[in-house]
Amino acid sequence: MLEIKNLHVKLEEEDKQILKGVNLSVEAGKVHAIMGPNGSGKSTLSYVLSGRDGYEVTDGSATLDGDDLLALEPEERAAAGLFLAFQYPVEIPGVGNMTFLRTAVNAQRKARGEEEMSAADFLKEVRTRAKALKIDAEMLKRPVNVGFSGGEKKRNEILQMAMLEPKMCILDETDSGLDVDAMKLVSDGVNALRDEGRGFLVITHYQRLLDHIKPDVVHIMADGRIIKTGGPELALEVEQNGYADILSEVQ
Amino acid sequence: MALAERRISATEARIAGLELPRGGWTEAARQDALARLRAMGLPERRDEYWRFTRPDTLSQAETPRAALFKPEETEIFSDLDRLKIVFVDGVFDAAQSDDLSLEGVTIERLADASVTDIHWARDLYGTLEARGQVPVQRPFAALNTAFATDGLMIHVIGKPSKPISLVYVHDSETSDAILHHVVKVEPGAEVTLLENGPAAARFNKCMEIDVADGGKLHLIRSQGRDHERRAVTHLFARLGEESVFKAFTLTVNGVLTRNEAFVELTGDDATVHVAGACVGDGDFHHDDTVFITHDAVNCESRQVFKKVLRNGATGVFQGKILVKEGAQKTDGYQISQSLLLDGDSQFLAKPELEIYADDVACSHGSTSGAIDEEALFYLRSRGVPAGAATDLLTLAFLAEAVDEIEDPDLAADIVSRLESWLARRR
Repeated sequence: MLEIKNLHVKLEEEDKQILKGVNLSVEAGKVHAIMGPNGSGKSTLSYVLSGRDGYEVTDGSATLDGDDLLALEPEERAAAGLFLAFQYPVEIPGVGNMTFLRTAVNAQRKARGEEEMSAADFLKEVRTRAKALKIDAEMLKRPVNVGFSGGEKKRNEILQMAMLEPKMCILDETDSGLDVDAMKLVSDGVNALRDEGRGFLVITHYQRLLDHIKPDVVHIMADGRIIKTGGPELALEVEQNGYADILSEVQ
Repeated sequence: MALAERRISATEARIAGLELPRGGWTEAARQDALARLRAMGLPERRDEYWRFTRPDTLSQAETPRAALFKPEETEIFSDLDRLKIVFVDGVFDAAQSDDLSLEGVTIERLADASVTDIHWARDLYGTLEARGQVPVQRPFAALNTAFATDGLMIHVIGKPSKPISLVYVHDSETSDAILHHVVKVEPGAEVTLLENGPAAARFNKCMEIDVADGGKLHLIRSQGRDHERRAVTHLFARLGEESVFKAFTLTVNGVLTRNEAFVELTGDDATVHVAGACVGDGDFHHDDTVFITHDAVNCESRQVFKKVLRNGATGVFQGKILVKEGAQKTDGYQISQSLLLDGDSQFLAKPELEIYADDVACSHGSTSGAIDEEALFYLRSRGVPAGAATDLLTLAFLAEAVDEIEDPDLAADIVSRLESWLARRR
């Protein structure tokens, strides 16, 4: 589904190479996790895939079901089925959460040539989805993420993911800033979306999120490359021994 | 020529072609206003209060030409149940207007009312304007009081069932209209006034407002899309105890607009909100100049002005809160912000506070910025195309001003105009 080949990325503003040849393939129905120390390029990978400004791809490719992601605008990538759950969801004063969700859902449908969702259907859908994530009516009415706690923001990301029903979900340190209960709630939300047609790429520092969202494949990223790939046991190894062993093993 | 002489001759040149209506109860007020005007002279660019806005096209004798514009969309407020009163190039149009009778209010034309000797508006016409000449001079308002050709005397004694809607039609490329309205809201009475339309090639409008104890006045105006029109408008309001005055102005295009508001809170527990949203591009120049005086205890004032500027447009805000001695428990808020959609546009702001009481809460802020790139990316990453996302963020920026409109239908009508403006620029 998601195919990343030899991806090289540098910062646009300075001559600093961040990704130095990433190769990764996420199949439909699978959950891949990327772990790695700070500064290894994990978040950059998620931003480059979703189309954020400020990065220059110097080599390599990234495709989603054969579509060249890197040639698409961010909104086109979203309509093609890519979703990024932000590490730091953005506050947007003046835009109601419901308006935001409905605009996004219908914009994607329009881009795909599908019929827009009616107000009634949308409302029904959003209420059901929100309830499962313990998002109340008040939170839906408020401006996007404004005054939300860390946990509320992350739940709101998962609500967007649920409403948009993407093919490929990237979760960028979704566990950061979450307490145990919030982590469980968010993980349940993610697990509920797991299905055969959908791929996940879960970026995290810690193994604990992977206790809740069980990965099929774990990758270790360091210095802009994936240096080791294994099963869930690899995450446990990191948890016990840190990254040092793996890093020295590779070097 | 000495500077003072130049100002005098420019003022005389402007009024040479105007006729001061004689007779009736307004004559004395008009003569006083003319004397005020002559003493002050019309503004010049060097004047501090006109530092950011060139007054010459407003003061010159000849009216700058303004092409007529017929919008395709339906006129704002036209779907509402309202009492409609139409002025074409500043001239009352009986044929297009509704009957002026409505329960809870008496409405007369200035042109008719001024022929009598006794009138309720006698204590107000030119009086509130004269009060507003201190500490800063507003010569265009004095000119207006002296030479206004028409206007409405609106006396609100109850709660009219529908809004009074003044429609200003622009039908001549060289029209130069001067209208003067007086609105008196009796204790406990309540009314909504609507104003819309470009009015004339050049429009000088003055509205004097007296809201008695417990009275309420809502004023919503939309200034018309004719790009070449010019306008200088003044609101002079005096508010009694526990009274409420809320004004909102939408300005879409117009090559030059100067909207002044001078509000005195003279009764305890009174509330005034003055808000505006403007959007413009190119040679659009929009100036909000507001002066609010707290002269009573426990009053609230809010000034909320938002300007969206693109392609070289200029926005100006001069806002002042004056809290007089003894005006304790004052709650004053002032915010003026601009969203610059490109690097060519500019926003000039002069927020001021002057406080002589010790138990007050006053805040003011002024910002100028571009679209938030983080928010834009966030919206796009959810599938909202860049143009639509920018529009959504622009409307969000304007929301705080639009939220000052209490009536949801009116607010929706205003928002739809803003959306159309944005859509036309895609």
